[in-house]
Amino acid sequence: MKKQNRLWMGAAALILIMVYLFPIWSINLKAPQYPEGIGLNIKVNTIEGKAPNDLQNINGLNHYIGMKVITPGSIPELKVMPFIFGFLIVSGLAVAIWGNRSWILLWLSLFAVLAIVGLIDFYLWEYDYGHNLDPNAPIKVPGMSYQPPLLGTKQLLNMRTTSLPHIGFYVALISMGCAAWAWRSEGKADKKKSATVMSAAA
Amino acid sequence: MNKKQSIRWLGLLPALAVFGLTLIYGCSSNQEFSSYGDAARKVYVAPGEYDEFYGFFSGGYNGQLSVYGLPSGRHIYTIPVFSQAPVNGYGYNEETKAMLQTSHGFVPWGDAHHPELSQTDGVPDGRYVFINENNTPRIAKIDLKKFQTTEILEIPNSAGNHASPFVTQNTEYISAATRFSIPIGSEKDVAIDSREETFNGTLSFIKLQDDGNMKLDFQILVPGFDYDLSHAGKGPSHGWSFFTSYNSEQAHTLLEINASKNDKDFIAAVNWKKAAEYAAQGKGTMIEGEYLRNYIDPETHIATTEHHSEVRMLDPRELPGMIYFLPTPKSPHGVDVSPDGELIAAGGKLSTVIPVHSFSKMIDAIENEAFEGEVGGIPVLKYDAILAGEVKDPGLGPLHTEFDGNGYAYTTAFITSEIVKWSLETFEVVDRIDTYYSPGHLMIPGGDSRKPEGKYLVALNKITKDRYLPTGPELFHSAQLIDISGDKMKLLLDFPTEGEPHYAQAIPAEKVMHDQVRYYRLEDNKHPYAARNESEAKVTREGNVVHINMTSIRSHFMPDNIEGIKVGDKVYIHVTNLEQDWDVPHGFAVKGANTSELLIMPGETRTLVWEPGKAGIFPFYCTDFCSALHQEMSGYIRVSPQESDVEIAYGTGQ
Repeated sequence: MKKQNRLWMGAAALILIMVYLFPIWSINLKAPQYPEGIGLNIKVNTIEGKAPNDLQNINGLNHYIGMKVITPGSIPELKVMPFIFGFLIVSGLAVAIWGNRSWILLWLSLFAVLAIVGLIDFYLWEYDYGHNLDPNAPIKVPGMSYQPPLLGTKQLLNMRTTSLPHIGFYVALISMGCAAWAWRSEGKADKKKSATVMSAAA
Repeated sequence: MNKKQSIRWLGLLPALAVFGLTLIYGCSSNQEFSSYGDAARKVYVAPGEYDEFYGFFSGGYNGQLSVYGLPSGRHIYTIPVFSQAPVNGYGYNEETKAMLQTSHGFVPWGDAHHPELSQTDGVPDGRYVFINENNTPRIAKIDLKKFQTTEILEIPNSAGNHASPFVTQNTEYISAATRFSIPIGSEKDVAIDSREETFNGTLSFIKLQDDGNMKLDFQILVPGFDYDLSHAGKGPSHGWSFFTSYNSEQAHTLLEINASKNDKDFIAAVNWKKAAEYAAQGKGTMIEGEYLRNYIDPETHIATTEHHSEVRMLDPRELPGMIYFLPTPKSPHGVDVSPDGELIAAGGKLSTVIPVHSFSKMIDAIENEAFEGEVGGIPVLKYDAILAGEVKDPGLGPLHTEFDGNGYAYTTAFITSEIVKWSLETFEVVDRIDTYYSPGHLMIPGGDSRKPEGKYLVALNKITKDRYLPTGPELFHSAQLIDISGDKMKLLLDFPTEGEPHYAQAIPAEKVMHDQVRYYRLEDNKHPYAARNESEAKVTREGNVVHINMTSIRSHFMPDNIEGIKVGDKVYIHVTNLEQDWDVPHGFAVKGANTSELLIMPGETRTLVWEPGKAGIFPFYCTDFCSALHQEMSGYIRVSPQESDVEIAYGTGQ
């Protein structure tokens, strides 16, 4: 592999460190009583309120409709995710140092699969919270479920709920982009090389 | 027209005259009809937008401090200070009761006169507002991060704490003085008509310490006049304070006649820096003087009382150079120092002029010993030696002056019900405007500071009469907002104010609004009976004392069913509000409790004492409409007869 592409691949791995620093996804709620909004940030290992007590306050509001209390410590995905990204960083660096073009593709595919599985899992988690409601909840609206959107905005009773990727997700996209660039540019280099070989043979 | 007809017409003349007069006087008192739209625009604050200034208006005999937005005149909040406030339990609940303790015992009411914003470099800084209690002499400190009274200091050897509180340029000191002279020292049981020989006044200097607490540093013993109002010097006159006095006649009865005889009374000019030096050197004597200091502990939010029994008294007869008398015509009321610190305007309320003293001339006169005599060991300076000028024709009954920072002063004239604007250079009246009716104080934001915001003026009137819809014999006081940004004063707004605002101060909202506490963090709650989460809620009995550590969160209490309380028990109900969000207070009230409700801010613990006198089931509930299921936020306490053996039992949702 060309040095330049190894650097791109190394960057793809190292940039993922930022995932530990920024939220990956965010859910914002707006209601007349919350002019400044209230919201959650989903990080690699936890779920946090946007303001110091937003999580507690959202749980407080959710209990009226019988949603389960969101306790980050009891969500297994949040325990696994730091290791998944850790693995991607370490394996990505290994590919950058020792790997070839196929290893890049393998790494990239694995990342993409993990990302898709992650999003599906997130959707299922949202589905569970939105549908699996306490039958003794004070507020029961027939036919109403409270699953937040995976992406976009949805009105849930008085709450206008917007779900969007946060910096961490874009970092992951950039990481994939870097790896894809390394893979592509390595491919061109291979072609050029084989072209040179062929012309030399001719 | 024949002669007969013209005579008939002449007969109509008186009626026409009356009709004409009605046209002139019967209409609204704002003469500038064409500018109504203009005025409305200037005071209109659109929905959702904020006022430009916070205005702090004393509540007078309601004992509180009201907060108004300016220029809209909207009443934003009332801060409980010297009076019990059932609205939130201040002075009723166990945490704040001690704030109203005095050396005379628990005093549930006060007469609050003069709000005074803390200053840095002679400009209001938005940290604190101080306010005096006139009747049982006290000074309160209100923390403007929370808009709550956090400290009340009693002042010993004082009566009628009127000339109070006034701060020095950097709030080094807060000063106070006695309006009513009284016997000072150990011999207090004297004949009233011995006033001239046995009564004295005191000037008190309270230090604002680095930790923000007030400490009575020293008092100055002064002749037994009535000390009325005060202001500290600034800029060149920083280090001095000025106190007006009336009743230099020292009358003890029918003061309206007997205290109005002398042509001149005095302004006491106090070199407080010199006095503070004397105090620091241990000069003067410690004399008896019982007083209390009550303060809110920042961690538990519980008021604590500190007892003091003596105070350092400085006597000008023994310690020279501390104080001089400036002769001032006819029972001066207000004393106000110009923004540059040079001019000292006095409201000689029975005087036909406003005398304006010069600080630099005063210093020269002291150096040249231009004295015309001495009273009680205090040199009296020569009037002509210190006078900067006299404002002629200022209206009748001049009381108070504030400044616009653009070279003009504004003085209220109580009797002629007007505000006169006069030049600080020529001492000539340049404009006047009617007020409705009889203004006492007036206020310009920062108008007593080094940097007035010369945009608005508020007249604080003593008489309301027909200004608003009538409400029977008792009326709110009226205030008028006047535009002073141009050459001519213009009336913009007329708004009612609660209690009797004596003085008011205002500060740009920017200096206060960004630093507001929104709720208290539960993890910082160090109240000894706090339940920081529902698992800490409990009911414990110690003899006939029961402590209920209760929590409240939308929309239930924990516990909400309590049994095992007996007639004769003293039940302390400590309610912690578990909410951690802005503007989600919970309330608490239980049937038959002989005290007010509790209003509990998020993260805070408040305690209601209840001594049930009868057996039965007693509902309790949240008094603040907190949530959609607020009506469900309730519970029951079972009270059994004294001899019953019902055990303590409690819970929620069981």
